Amino acid sequence: MKLSSRIAQIVPTLILVSILVFCLQQLMPGDPALVLAGEERGDPKVLAQIREELWLDRSLPVQYLHWVSNVAQGNLGYSWRTRQPVSQLIEQKLPVTAQLGVMAFVIAILIGVPTGVVAAIKRNGPWDYVANAVGLAGLSMPNFWLGIMLILLISVHLGWLPPSGYVPLTQDVWQSLATTIMPAFVLGNAIAAILMRHTRSAMLSVLDQDYVRTARAKGLSETRVILHHALRNALIPVVTLGALELGTLLSGAVLTEQVFSIPGFGKMVVDAVFNRDYPVVQGVVLVTAFLFILLNLLADILYVLINPRLRRA
Amino acid sequence: MTRQQRTPPAERPTHTPRTPTQLAINRFVRRPAAVAGLAVIVLFVAVAILAPLIAPYDPIATSWSAIRKTPSAAHWMGTDENGRDVFSRVLFGARASLLAGVVSVLIAAGIGVPAGLLAGFAGGWIDALLSRVVDAMLACPFLILAIALTAFLGPDLANAMIAIGVSTAPRFMRVARAATLEVGSADYIQAARSLGATGIRVAVRHIAPNIVPPVLVQASLSLAAAIIAEASLSFLGLGQQPPSPSWGSMLNAAQRFLTQAPWLAVFPGVAIFLCVLSFNLVGDGLRDALDPRGR
Repeated sequence: MKLSSRIAQIVPTLILVSILVFCLQQLMPGDPALVLAGEERGDPKVLAQIREELWLDRSLPVQYLHWVSNVAQGNLGYSWRTRQPVSQLIEQKLPVTAQLGVMAFVIAILIGVPTGVVAAIKRNGPWDYVANAVGLAGLSMPNFWLGIMLILLISVHLGWLPPSGYVPLTQDVWQSLATTIMPAFVLGNAIAAILMRHTRSAMLSVLDQDYVRTARAKGLSETRVILHHALRNALIPVVTLGALELGTLLSGAVLTEQVFSIPGFGKMVVDAVFNRDYPVVQGVVLVTAFLFILLNLLADILYVLINPRLRRA
Repeated sequence: MTRQQRTPPAERPTHTPRTPTQLAINRFVRRPAAVAGLAVIVLFVAVAILAPLIAPYDPIATSWSAIRKTPSAAHWMGTDENGRDVFSRVLFGARASLLAGVVSVLIAAGIGVPAGLLAGFAGGWIDALLSRVVDAMLACPFLILAIALTAFLGPDLANAMIAIGVSTAPRFMRVARAATLEVGSADYIQAARSLGATGIRVAVRHIAPNIVPPVLVQASLSLAAAIIAEASLSFLGLGQQPPSPSWGSMLNAAQRFLTQAPWLAVFPGVAIFLCVLSFNLVGDGLRDALDPRGR
């Protein structure tokens, strides 16, 4: 598929995402103006002013067009609680979650890919069963519980790492790593299990191919056949999986940040839910969905770039 | 050529041709992990139903003389910060988790399967529109969408189930659509059409029964995901509200007493883990049993 048509394809999806997120607001029980007015809710003038400011007195399609044109200009509205622009809040919190996410992904790759390769090479052997069992356990374990158990073991009993808090990378690299390594492991755990399963099945299908037999017949060492010939091809579909797992990562971050009290994107959305700060909730859903669509597009492009068979002459 | 003699009924070969369902059941029971998973699920269901009969204490009765007692013969899993028996709460917690799992998957299948059937069968602009809506919903991370829906609907168990169900529906729609496309091109569907069957009759009588296997696999795996999602929402305070017991909300409370009462965090987590693991094992077993090509 041509890049331009792939990009054109995401336009309706983006529009539908925006409609979906706009509709969330309509699910809200009661009148938003009443919530915003706080103690002045008895004053009809105040209510009328809020409704006018937020365009709540217009028809739904007009409200949507007003909202979406603001979003297109990067204006996601204002937090009802702090009065700060939502985009600014997201900008502040996103780097924290991004650091956690990148670390989680590195951990997931370091665990998932080698275990997947070993499981495939030792197919149906004890190592394969162990890897599969550990993978399935990783998928079945709620990550917030794993986080609590690690805090109990590593922080409370052994005292090796701080149980909660966050130090930015720019402030102190070691402290930053100490506060994020445990949450990153928790977050990476589920993705490691998914990567393991995909690497295993990709390796299994590649190991049966003729070119792998040819490589062996040439007298290459088994390590070289596995790493240089088989894994390189097996990893191609695994790359796209990275982008698809962004959703798992962001969903996981909500819980992990809550458990480890990390002031990131995930904690912000939970706090916003409890403060009934709806514009922040809407902003977070919109930004995560846009990020997901964008990363999927990037993964598709990357897939073509690293897979010579899909490249056009 | 001599006329073939009819075999008397008593001498018929014992292994008569089996139906696809029998073959699938045979393949399923040959997987010990899947059978073990099914056994654990049956146990959890029994616990959920019989909780009032087997729980030694009232799960919401507080006792100020028994606050945070370590596990003992009187309280197998200890007591919590309000002196409530953790074992009884874990038993009753199975109700919230399983109910949330089943109801949200029913909601998801109820929306997703008819939509997928319609998209796959009708094609054209209906398919394009529904597929784009699914893309848009899948672009929102599952838990974040569920959290947002619960936030706007209001936090309680019923709304959490609706939120999880709606967020899971796109997956069912995709599975049902793909299966419909595959089944729709089969010869027997063409035959039904050429015999003059109406579109609705073909969809309901001929296609729908044949997309059941992949939907069943999706349902089993979605149940596991829905149980984790309910536990996650309850953990965040957006699902089952206190004092009603739920594994997720028990873990939320346990977090505040990690140093003084670590057992509070262990048992509800083990329960979630075992339950989800069992559904995943059964899901994997069903997939292998119902789709032998995938093995």
